[in-house]
Amino acid sequence: MVTSEDHPVALATSRRTRLQRVRRETLSGWLFVLPALIMYAVFVLAPLLLTILYSFYRWDGIGPMKWVGLKNYATVFEVPDLLGTIFNAFRLVLWFSFVPVGLGLVVSSVIHRMAAGRFGAIARTVVFLPQVIPLVAAGIIWGWLLALPGLINQILKALGLGAFTRAWLGDFDWALPAVGLIGVWVLLGFCTVLLSTGMTKIDKSLYEAARIDGASWLREFIGITIPLLKYEVGVCLTVTVTAALAAFDIVYVATAGGPGNSTAVPGIQVYILAFTQRAVGLASALAVMLMILVVAVILPIQRLTRESAK
Amino acid sequence: MSKRSTSVSLASLLVLTSLLLSACAAPAPTAAPAATTAPTTAPAVATAAPTKVATTAPTAPPSAAASSCGTKPVVLNAYFETGFDLPFKLAEEFTKQYPNVTWDIKQDQFANLINETPRLLSGDNPPDLIRLPTMVSFAKQGLLKDLDGYATAFGWDKWPVPQLNQNRVSADGIRGSGKLYAMGLNYSLTGVFYNKKLAAQIGMTTPPKTVAEFEDLLAKAKAAGLLPIMQWGSAKSGMGLAFPLQNLMAAYGPVQPINDWIFQKPGATIDTPTNLIAAQHLEQWIKKGYFPPDINAIEYTDSNARFTKGEGVFTFNGDWENANYDKNMPGNVGFFLFPPAEASGSPAAMSAPLTFGIAAKAKNADCAAFFLNWVASNEAARQIDVSVGGSNPGGPAEAKMPAVAQGSITNETLAAGTVIGKAGTAMDFIANATSSIFAQGWTPELQKMVGGKQDAAGLLKAVQAEYLRELAQ
Repeated sequence: MVTSEDHPVALATSRRTRLQRVRRETLSGWLFVLPALIMYAVFVLAPLLLTILYSFYRWDGIGPMKWVGLKNYATVFEVPDLLGTIFNAFRLVLWFSFVPVGLGLVVSSVIHRMAAGRFGAIARTVVFLPQVIPLVAAGIIWGWLLALPGLINQILKALGLGAFTRAWLGDFDWALPAVGLIGVWVLLGFCTVLLSTGMTKIDKSLYEAARIDGASWLREFIGITIPLLKYEVGVCLTVTVTAALAAFDIVYVATAGGPGNSTAVPGIQVYILAFTQRAVGLASALAVMLMILVVAVILPIQRLTRESAK
Repeated sequence: MSKRSTSVSLASLLVLTSLLLSACAAPAPTAAPAATTAPTTAPAVATAAPTKVATTAPTAPPSAAASSCGTKPVVLNAYFETGFDLPFKLAEEFTKQYPNVTWDIKQDQFANLINETPRLLSGDNPPDLIRLPTMVSFAKQGLLKDLDGYATAFGWDKWPVPQLNQNRVSADGIRGSGKLYAMGLNYSLTGVFYNKKLAAQIGMTTPPKTVAEFEDLLAKAKAAGLLPIMQWGSAKSGMGLAFPLQNLMAAYGPVQPINDWIFQKPGATIDTPTNLIAAQHLEQWIKKGYFPPDINAIEYTDSNARFTKGEGVFTFNGDWENANYDKNMPGNVGFFLFPPAEASGSPAAMSAPLTFGIAAKAKNADCAAFFLNWVASNEAARQIDVSVGGSNPGGPAEAKMPAVAQGSITNETLAAGTVIGKAGTAMDFIANATSSIFAQGWTPELQKMVGGKQDAAGLLKAVQAEYLRELAQ
């Protein structure tokens, strides 16, 4: 690059071509991203804006729309058991998020340590398979497994734990944990693969140094692995917490919100309000509030786990 | 341009694009259901109060003479419910008799149909014939064709079946009177099916004549180690305990208040003293273990499968299952109407037409109406109605009741249907009172009652509160 003192004329020319090149690169960069951006705008941003718009109207989906301002947001609090659905959503967070992350750390650590190479790849693939199955299929399969004559109860009887058998998805206390279990099964693979990838980035010499100092596996795990995986854990938490708070498919197919309201989550409430009760405005208001709730929970997680990512 | 301002301007371009897309996609009120105020650009806003049927639907006046399908080729655009063979078989037979009429049939599940119907009726290619699980809101919005003209032309209003009234909706959205918006392909009947072998085991020789006798049988079954009643209860199919509950309500109290509540008559309530007695009886049955312990997780199809396999002496269901029961437990299934509280009373039952309607903007409305008339009056159609649908085909008084296969349970349900007809004690289903009273009211509260978290009084109060809340929407 010529300096300005030596060749002022040359600089003027090269600055123009430099600007042109930067502009061209910026333009081609945006062109690469444009197809995905258009999809995103049409399928995510537009519906999002429409939902916010609908929440200010009273509308049944086909007839005329009537402006009601913030009334829907006030009515949301009159929906029976609304606080109950949010409470259920947070209980699902424990199952959909904390368990897969914790278990994922352990599983990926074990795979990383003991099963390098092909065996490790196979193990990771097997753990990841549930992610590939559509959530509806997962819900149906588990519905059969968890039924009174289902496989889970048969295993319990075989282990001599016959006293514990029950219709898991029909039980007021156990329906939500049972649905949570389905979530763990689905999401564990995602976290495991993500954390495994993160582990490959960790410098091996750290482990060697720790081992020389006589650290046990547990000490290594707590002192080296977890802190250095902060970013990946953050991503895992973000995805799974969102999945838990916005859960619909698994819950709808497994229990449809029953029994009573023990597995009623906001997602199901939005569905019933919008399509069965045909109160689209009210459903949109609830959806907007759910979105705000999710953002409110995710932002601190992002902040906490992004700090020392570099 | 600095990088930041590039990003900002491109981001704003993105948001602008989305806003434009939203503006284009936002619904304008469809032109034909004139139940709207002057359409503005999207989003259309009605400044008037929610519209009433009085201002609606410029439906073309139905032909004064009885309409027909003509001789030119006609394609009837139809929407049926999955899992019910009857309409499909009827369509086939109709084409056999009238070869110029062919069908374009689409189908979907009950729950999906409820959600899709508004869009189908108001869309570009509305169905000529569509299964209508509910219809009050569609009638109010002017999406359904008024069938009164056809009723007079074909003479439907002279038929003895009083259930025609269930398909009438008044201008303020109350069922039971007003314009006719749907017809039934047949008229279903509900009651108690029983496993003959197991019933003999507990000493049941004739159907019980009173509720007390029935409860006696339930106790005997329990004592003999049998499951007294097989029923479904998962939220996925909805709570099947609504059937025995309504039967008990009609046994201990009059039928009219129940129908009033279902038809949304102003001031109607489900929380009445006799209904409380009924709910308390149901609560007792639950506490005594007369239902399967996992009922909250049993789906409708599983319940029938388990009953036909011999689990459960009794089950509360409707004659739409006749073909299934005949096939899987041939000769081993019986039927009786739920008995009244006193031997001198009349039995009551839920009985509803398999409602089909015609879209207001349908292209072949005349032909569709002709089909509806044909179903009830043509001999071959009535035969299919009874053998495939298992239910009473309704129709003119002089029409012959089709023969039913020997030993089929349909014999018993048809006979019971005439009893209900004479007694005038037919009811609609309490699950149909509003579009979501089942999902938001009956199902969760009955499930709670099964789990011991709700009692009879609380059940009725909670459902009534939900009912009022939905009506106020």
